[in-house]
Amino acid sequence: MAPALPSAYLISGPESVLAERALAHTVHEITVAEPDAEVVRMYAAAYAPGDLGVHASPSLFGGQKVLVVHDADEGSDELIRDLVEVLPAATAGDVRLVVLHKGGPRGKRATDALRAAGARVIDAPAMKSDKDKADFAAHEFRAGGRKATSGAVQALVEAVGRDVRELAAACQQLIADTTGVIDESVVLTYHGGKVEATGFRVADAAMTGDTGEALRLLRHAIAVGVDPVPIVAVLAGQLRQLVKVGSAGRGRSAELARELGMAPWQVDKARRLLSGWSAEALGRCISAVAAADAEVKGGGRDPVYAVERAILTITTEHGAS
Amino acid sequence: MTVWADVVGQPVAVATLTQAVTNPATMTHAWLFTGPPGSGRSVAARAFAAALMCPDGGCGSCRECRTALDGSHADVDVVATEGLSIKVEEARDLVTLAAHRPSVGAWRVILVEDADRLTERAADALLKALEEPAPRTVWMLCAPSVEDVIITIRSRCRQVRLRTPSAQAVAELLQRRDGIEAPMAIYAARAAQSHVGLARRLARDEHARIRRHDTITLASRIRTVGDALGAASDLSTIATEEAAAAAAERDAAERTRLMELLGADPTARTQPPQIRSQLASLDKEQKDRAKRHSRDVIDRSLTDLMSVYRDALALRLAGGVPLINEDSRPLVASVADALSSERLLRAMDAIGTARERIGANVQPLLALEAMMLELRLG
Repeated sequence: MAPALPSAYLISGPESVLAERALAHTVHEITVAEPDAEVVRMYAAAYAPGDLGVHASPSLFGGQKVLVVHDADEGSDELIRDLVEVLPAATAGDVRLVVLHKGGPRGKRATDALRAAGARVIDAPAMKSDKDKADFAAHEFRAGGRKATSGAVQALVEAVGRDVRELAAACQQLIADTTGVIDESVVLTYHGGKVEATGFRVADAAMTGDTGEALRLLRHAIAVGVDPVPIVAVLAGQLRQLVKVGSAGRGRSAELARELGMAPWQVDKARRLLSGWSAEALGRCISAVAAADAEVKGGGRDPVYAVERAILTITTEHGAS
Repeated sequence: MTVWADVVGQPVAVATLTQAVTNPATMTHAWLFTGPPGSGRSVAARAFAAALMCPDGGCGSCRECRTALDGSHADVDVVATEGLSIKVEEARDLVTLAAHRPSVGAWRVILVEDADRLTERAADALLKALEEPAPRTVWMLCAPSVEDVIITIRSRCRQVRLRTPSAQAVAELLQRRDGIEAPMAIYAARAAQSHVGLARRLARDEHARIRRHDTITLASRIRTVGDALGAASDLSTIATEEAAAAAAERDAAERTRLMELLGADPTARTQPPQIRSQLASLDKEQKDRAKRHSRDVIDRSLTDLMSVYRDALALRLAGGVPLINEDSRPLVASVADALSSERLLRAMDAIGTARERIGANVQPLLALEAMMLELRLG
């Protein structure tokens, strides 16, 4: 006999892939324990007041019910009220309640009530850093019973890491389509040459004077749909920070950060980058970026070329003096 | 005292317009007033409207004249946008209005104060009404130059060119109309480069004089790259702050008024959707206005800054040309000493480029930074 299942579940967190998995897992767990349970799905956007009560009331034919409420964080006031009202029925054992909540203050009354009633809480936290994503991918491969090298995981995150759903799908594809250890060459076969580049990565490469890398990332960024305008804005922002930090002199980075209106890590990063730069060179770069900004906003014929030329100016000026 | 009294330094234009009022054979249904900013385009257009309305051809004292001049006459509709552009919806409303007969006067006047801000679609919507308006309708469009309106509009209008009035004429206007003392009036007229509205503001608002002084002293202060970026950020912050300060009170008042009109409860934490959407569109309008205001402030500062380099060049070439910044002669002289004629021209070029770039939607801060880098001394 399996341990008794909780009567209420709260799946909370913004990462939709994790939330969906947790939901599928939960529903599976319940239907295994109670094969004739009926699963009723409700969505906040289409909720009519009283629906929950209708479904939660005992049926003539008996039988267990599982009420799944999606998007409780977007719910109307009625939905939240009904959720709180139906909770005692759930704890009495007539129905099981599964509530998905992406976070935020809306519907907090319902989630608090769920927690207080001893619901099982499953977290679906947002995955932001590359490390989180790498852990997630590694876990996917383990769960699929496959070995993957850390290089492979890294390459996969590089290639499709922007969207967790895409990453999950890519992992499933690799598990299903390949055999043996998943290493970098396998990932390259499927996702070779694709890099999720952003304006920030382009700017970072340009500021260190790495011409090839900066142009390669720029091409990737344009290919995945990043507009030239924000790339120029990022370049300008980074140059501006370098000048500010460079002319501010010494001092603790935390204090300097407050003074200049920057984050401490930005000050530290700018200081590291400054070694290859002179003030004059930075000035020339800013002029070049301003010209590029005018060109990407309709002043020139080819926006991508304008950005490319600005990047070339930056990498040439780097270390020139 | 006629309606033409405030149209300073424009004898040719005034002659053309008075003739159109007195002689029906020289009257036309569409006029395009062009002239540099501050030359009094809209003042001239209003005076013309008043002269048309007045039974005596512009006495300047009757009820028709006075209401037409201040824009409250029933048959004079003044269109002035505070946003970045005049949209096609507004233009269509004007077309409908143009089909109506005048209610009290002899003419229905539609005066578009900034025709250069007509979007292309808005301008297209006006074409038909401009070409063949109702019999008693007169269009008056104002723009800095004929190139600022599309060619199809240009060809449908009779052009009235205004020129920059002399500083002396502007100073006399300030003394006569606003009661400003002679030395201040001549300083303001010079510093504003004969822009009547600006001159009046400079003469009456000490804050504006201080800001102008701060701006022109920038010319002698920038030495390093850090200075240049600092100066650019100062200039852009001042502009945003001034725009915010000018707007804050008015924005709040407009919001309260809209809430009253809609019968909304201002204390409610969240408004019903239909009211929210109205408030959101008001917000957007206010943001557009603030953006335009801050751009205008930057542009004005750049004109002030340019005047220093212009003066420095005049000094260097010793042409005996009167200086714009006569009151700050030492500053001008120091700039003239520090930079060669060639560098001065380059600096003026850089300022011009920055103005063009800001007009083309480049981030103002970035455009100013690139400009300030060119303005470094030494």
